[in-house]
Amino acid sequence: MLTLDHVGKTYPNGVRALDGITLDVKPGEIVAIVGGSGCGKSTLLRAISGLDTPSQGRILIDGEPVTQPHEKIGMIFQEPRLLPWLTVAENVAFGMEHLPRRQRAARAAAALARVGLSEKANAWPRELSGGQAQRVAIARALVPQPEVLLLDEPFSALDAFTRADLQDHLLDLWADLRPILILVTHDVDEAVVLADRIMVMRPQPGRIYEEITSELPRPRDRQSAAFDFVKRRVLAALDRSLAKPATVDDTQTTSSQGAALWW
Amino acid sequence: MSLVQMTATAEPATADKKQRKSGLGRYTRPALGLLLPLALAAGWEAVVHFHLASGRLVPPPSVIYATFAELAATGELQRNALATLARVAAGFGLGVVAGTFLGALTGYSGFMFRLLDPTLQALRAIPSIAWIPLFILWLGIFETSKVVLIAVGVFFPVYLGVTGAVASVDRKIVEVGRLFRLSGVGMVRRILLPAVLPSYVIALRSGLGLGWMFVVAAEFMGASEGLGFLLVDGQQLGKPAQIVAAIVAFAVIGKLTDWLIVLITAPFLRWEDRVRTDTVED
Ligand SMILES: Nc1ncnc2c1ncn2[C@@H]1O[C@H](COP(=O)(O)OP(=O)(O)OP(=O)(O)O)[C@@H](O)[C@H]1O
Ligand SMILES: [Mg+2]
Repeated sequence: MLTLDHVGKTYPNGVRALDGITLDVKPGEIVAIVGGSGCGKSTLLRAISGLDTPSQGRILIDGEPVTQPHEKIGMIFQEPRLLPWLTVAENVAFGMEHLPRRQRAARAAAALARVGLSEKANAWPRELSGGQAQRVAIARALVPQPEVLLLDEPFSALDAFTRADLQDHLLDLWADLRPILILVTHDVDEAVVLADRIMVMRPQPGRIYEEITSELPRPRDRQSAAFDFVKRRVLAALDRSLAKPATVDDTQTTSSQGAALWW
Repeated sequence: MSLVQMTATAEPATADKKQRKSGLGRYTRPALGLLLPLALAAGWEAVVHFHLASGRLVPPPSVIYATFAELAATGELQRNALATLARVAAGFGLGVVAGTFLGALTGYSGFMFRLLDPTLQALRAIPSIAWIPLFILWLGIFETSKVVLIAVGVFFPVYLGVTGAVASVDRKIVEVGRLFRLSGVGMVRRILLPAVLPSYVIALRSGLGLGWMFVVAAEFMGASEGLGFLLVDGQQLGKPAQIVAAIVAFAVIGKLTDWLIVLITAPFLRWEDRVRTDTVED
């Protein structure tokens, strides 16, 4: 169980990136966070990860406060962030230094097989394609079996086919241990395919503006009418979140353009 | 030139390059660099051989070789080369330890950087040879002052390389270490060290280069043995062949020690994503 209790973040330069974020996430739940650029999505994820500390409020995992990176919380970034001096297998094994060598190698091999990259075990990260590198990053994050996995626009640098492929793959991996997934994305389709709950954020200060629950059965059919219905709801919510900014907006953000321009 | 023309001319050029690469092969390609010096040496040998020049001040390769062989046979060469090597080794060791320590400190801590770097940069602005008289006054004319001078020469490139490399370690990679909750030691060993290693090797190599430069200056200030002594001795006794032989010895040993650094560190740098892989062993 992950709990955010009135989390706020003010950067030293005075930017109020987050304000009063309260959220409970049940084990196994997949939450997507969408919202315009600069509304604090990355800030929120970094606070949950323990890389940054919130200025107000508390973050709890199973009742334990998170003040620094926590063993139950893993994170995947927009870039794979593999360590270039380690082979693919060593990268996957990076978080298991405490285990005996044999066991470490076995678990890394299993994780690599799970993401379909066994034959790349001894390759250097520079020899991977973008999609393969991100798969290795996913394997590395999942190998310590976190209870919460945070993903900050994990597939946004990939082409549409690879992205759809990795979304399915991620769900597949998620089904093994069913950790909480918190996913920041700019892709509404991605949010609807993956998430049980979609939080729409709004900037200055970053707040949760609307929450849309989606009970579409899995696996989800991207072509179905129900899918389209949820997607429209999310787009409409995004539209509203941008149409009425908290501060006076001097641009002509009309509500019909909003959905198209929300990123 | 129009774009069409440019692409038209560019294409055969790249195709040509590819062909030549595979044609010359891995053994003949390094040999290409030997062509010019060998041609010059042979040319000068011929000029002296046919009495077009006396070769008294610029001895031909055969005379240099004979001198070299003679120095080697008497053990002079080895004794002097060892003396120089020992000085460089001691100075290099000292310079590297100090440069690495202070570089890591200032690279890691912004406070230390602001505290120490201005002073070190001011010292760096002094041409290091200018220290010689002071070092002699302080440390005497024997080994200590020589080793310290070499250490000063080695220190600055190493310090600059390390402080720059440590300070510019990618924050994103450091965050990966933090996410996996590495301890301070773990962070240094598993993230910082490997990340700075490529620049560190470059810093060590330029440090060593300066070490070899400064050992000559150190031996000029009065030495009874060493390759620098052979230089001075050759000048005073009018033996240009001995001077050139000593220079050749410097070149060979300098290159060998540099190559040693490359050789030792190469296994740790195989991961590097290089534009050109053929510059590694040059
Ligand atoms: N390190 C920082 N120091 C100061 N201000 C920051 C810092 N990081 C982010 N901000 C500010 O905080 C706000 C939220 O930034 P954040 O990166 O969380 O947005 P985001 O929702 O992730 O945007 P995007 O969708 O473009 O990634 C922005 O106004 C940004 O300028
Ligand atoms: Mg972001």
